[in-house]
Amino acid sequence: MALKNKVHPGFLEAIRDIPDGATIGFGGFALPGLPGNLILALAEQGAKDLTLVANTTGGTRNDPGIGMLVARGQVRKAICAFTAATRASQKLPFTEFYEAGKVEAELVPQGTLAERMRAAGAGIPAFYTPTAVGTELAEGRETRIFGGREYLLEEALPLDYAFVRAWRADTFGNLQYRRSQRNFNPVLAMAARITVAEVEEEILPLGAIDPDQVHTAGVFVGRVVRIPPAPDGWWPQQPGSH
Amino acid sequence: MSDSIGLTRQQMADRIAHLFEDGWIVNLGVGMPTLCSNTDIGETDIIYHSENGVIGYGPIAPAGGEDLHLVNAGGQYVTLRPGAAVVHHADSFAMIRAGRIDVTVLGAYEVACNGDFANWKVAGAKGGGIGGAMDLAVGAKNVFLILEHTTRNGAPRLVRECAIPATARGVVKKVMTNYGLFEPVGTAFRLLEIAPGIEVEQVRARTGAELVVADDLRQVG
Repeated sequence: MALKNKVHPGFLEAIRDIPDGATIGFGGFALPGLPGNLILALAEQGAKDLTLVANTTGGTRNDPGIGMLVARGQVRKAICAFTAATRASQKLPFTEFYEAGKVEAELVPQGTLAERMRAAGAGIPAFYTPTAVGTELAEGRETRIFGGREYLLEEALPLDYAFVRAWRADTFGNLQYRRSQRNFNPVLAMAARITVAEVEEEILPLGAIDPDQVHTAGVFVGRVVRIPPAPDGWWPQQPGSH
Repeated sequence: MSDSIGLTRQQMADRIAHLFEDGWIVNLGVGMPTLCSNTDIGETDIIYHSENGVIGYGPIAPAGGEDLHLVNAGGQYVTLRPGAAVVHHADSFAMIRAGRIDVTVLGAYEVACNGDFANWKVAGAKGGGIGGAMDLAVGAKNVFLILEHTTRNGAPRLVRECAIPATARGVVKKVMTNYGLFEPVGTAFRLLEIAPGIEVEQVRARTGAELVVADDLRQVG
């Protein structure tokens, strides 16, 4: 019996079942690893009342990211390591909606964000971390002393869906990332009930990726879509080119 | 305007970079700290760690030679040095929390003489930008800060206690400003090195906490 073929023909088709109220995580740190095609498809698909998890709330209404979906009224809450623009002069859709009370936010230190998703994917309901002890983020929350040092209790962050971008995949969804494209993507894939991967290279037959070189095992991946060449597919642009 | 006297941004970064020791794993925050990677520190061999999981990155990629799969924590397209490694985010922060990073150099809005500092939220703001700063601040073996000595309005950034929400408590080891190099010693800042052309009394007047002067005070340079 062959392993399941998880290849889907298009982005919209691969995410059509996402219901209103879903919790969805996006990979990406700056542009590498950002699943721009799936985010654009989600804007078109139109699910609302979403809770979105990503490194930043940044991005304009035209860039694939939380900002775009906030501007379209699809977002209830963002869980991110940045809920303010990195430059105060930037006026981004998220900031506008957040200040007007039209979207909620949970600000989480970046390492805690990654570990909360890793824990969700690892069957661990909560963990203690030294990060954020003694800060505003820890106010009113459970801490405990281990070996004379204070740690803050953090709960796992499970996702309904994860959107990831990978360099290569096989038909079962075994993934490889290239360079810093990896970032949050492997932990997102672990944390989600359904992981959808957009993939840059042609989808490979089973066995074409050396098992020792798989970064995310296909067990963590539900659906795989090949990214078409630009302009049909979304690709980061070389700096300085237009 | 903030005082445009004393050291330039690059001179501040240069002084901090000369504190790095051979073989150290160094994490540079966004802004002035990234200038440390421009400093010529001779034979000292440093491994640069970026929070997005890139360990052992090298210089910024030349225009046209960018690898679109490879950025540092500031989102700049960088290169890799021989021996580099890439890990995912949870592993990158495991490395940070477990104390494998020798130093993180961060920017800050305020630093207190008890070693607290604040760099993620400005007064009155609804949102903030923590990024990896809280993890780095509690996990790195050394936390060095680079910041302007005063705010735009001339108010001190080196204070008795932080007025804005702290990033971490009691962790700062060294503070570099355009006035000189300091260390928080509990109830005061100790001035270790002073910028050329700056007098100790000027530093004292612009510092919002007690200032003690090192017995062997030197000039930065």
